[in-house]
Amino acid sequence: MNLTLNHVSHRYSDMQVLDDISLHIPAGEILCVIGPSGCGKSTLLRLIGGLEQPTSGEILQIGEPPEGCLNPLTFVFQDFALLPWRTVRANVSLVLEDHRLGRAENNRIIDDVLARTRLSDFGDALPRQLSGGMKQRVAIARALAVKPAVMLLDEPLSALDAQTRELLMEDLVDLWERQKFTGVYVTHNLAEAVRLGHRIAVLSRRPGRVRELIDIDIPLKDRHMTHPELEVLQTRLWDLMREEATAADRELQHV
Amino acid sequence: MSDDARNVPYRGGGFSPVAKRGAGFVVFLVLLALAEWGTRSGWINNLTLPRPSDVGATLVELWQSGLMWTHIAPSLTRLVVGSVMGISAGISVGVMIGLFSYVRAGLIPLVAAIFPIPKIALLPLFVIWFGIDEGSKYALIALGTFTPTIVATYGAVDNVDRTLVRMGQSFGLSWSSIVRKIILPGALPGILSGLRVSVAIGIILLVAAEMLGAEYGIGAYILQAGSLYDLERLFAGVLILSVLGVVTSWAIGQLEKRLLNWRN
Repeated sequence: MNLTLNHVSHRYSDMQVLDDISLHIPAGEILCVIGPSGCGKSTLLRLIGGLEQPTSGEILQIGEPPEGCLNPLTFVFQDFALLPWRTVRANVSLVLEDHRLGRAENNRIIDDVLARTRLSDFGDALPRQLSGGMKQRVAIARALAVKPAVMLLDEPLSALDAQTRELLMEDLVDLWERQKFTGVYVTHNLAEAVRLGHRIAVLSRRPGRVRELIDIDIPLKDRHMTHPELEVLQTRLWDLMREEATAADRELQHV
Repeated sequence: MSDDARNVPYRGGGFSPVAKRGAGFVVFLVLLALAEWGTRSGWINNLTLPRPSDVGATLVELWQSGLMWTHIAPSLTRLVVGSVMGISAGISVGVMIGLFSYVRAGLIPLVAAIFPIPKIALLPLFVIWFGIDEGSKYALIALGTFTPTIVATYGAVDNVDRTLVRMGQSFGLSWSSIVRKIILPGALPGILSGLRVSVAIGIILLVAAEMLGAEYGIGAYILQAGSLYDLERLFAGVLILSVLGVVTSWAIGQLEKRLLNWRN
């Protein structure tokens, strides 16, 4: 299933947040969206996921979601959004219960996604007992459980420390290598963008416009922390963003 | 390195209450002992404060004569029936206010208008509406627990983390699943702490209602003792009430422990 955005603009009352965004998201690839804080990256993701409606323009799903897909557009949130009163298993089960698959099938799916995120031993733990990285793995397991056609990742690693972030990035690459999911990955971290993106969309500061689209041809599994080409690319991205970030930083908040 | 080395002064600590077992009990005992000693030595006049041991003797007597249960049973029934009615109605209305904008806009002013009315003032009216016997007492306690429960409940629903609701929507959960599995469990801590206030108000109203017309009941017992200036019996009745308060608050505490064990 491909996604296409045609001239999407969005405004909150009198504030223009996104301006004329057109993007194509092909199946099986990860698109990273980067931009200075407040440029409307997360808004863009909520628009794509149908949690908000664009003021103008259209967002199209092209083609049918794959067989067995329970929730085509599935989010992974920055703050994990786990129910604190449910165990790890029950948190994953939450998103399956409405589909009436039967208990055996539910358990099979839960076992499978917990194994894929290496959480099998923590099924009965409560979220408060888990570290930030583990919580985000639970959220990823929950997202995998509904067999999404597109994963919408909203700064999924931003609430984690640098070491955990590195580990989870490797996990994400592994997951993608095993099953080539389509992803839209919003981040303000350039290192994450060059590690995980097949294509990077650089947004300007508010109102967000696509400043540049960059394709990276290096396969995900060959990208490492100190890959020379990636470092060059990261520097280039920073040069693109520096001015915007400085200007965005100096803007007064509209509250 | 200077040679007059000393420890960095410690400035942290405090401002974090720690449970100290038995401290409350000691305060209680000291006060009782003081009253006992004061009344025995004549330092406190027997007309101003009964001797604690006499109050104890009255309680024992009350127990042995079987009258204790005769007074407690109707009181407990009234409290349970009235507050179950008030609290369950209050939770349902509170959840509705939390969920529907029209209900909120329509009912919040009404609740704000009813909340500060001293419900005891309405008792004569309730007697006409619901009859002189149990009906009016149930209604008084129900109305008294109803409004604080509503306020606590919709506050609790409002405070449920909206990112969890968005998460539910993003996974395509049905409206009723979101309410049952996200909103209600998320509001439970706030609802339960509101329950403490509601039940305490229920006990106050119970006694007020019984003072205005009941043959048996702790309130009636206290009123009788008061009009005869029988301080021992008056204090015995008050003691039963505060035990009732402690017991209900403990029961709610247990409920919180069981239902909210996911919190720290």
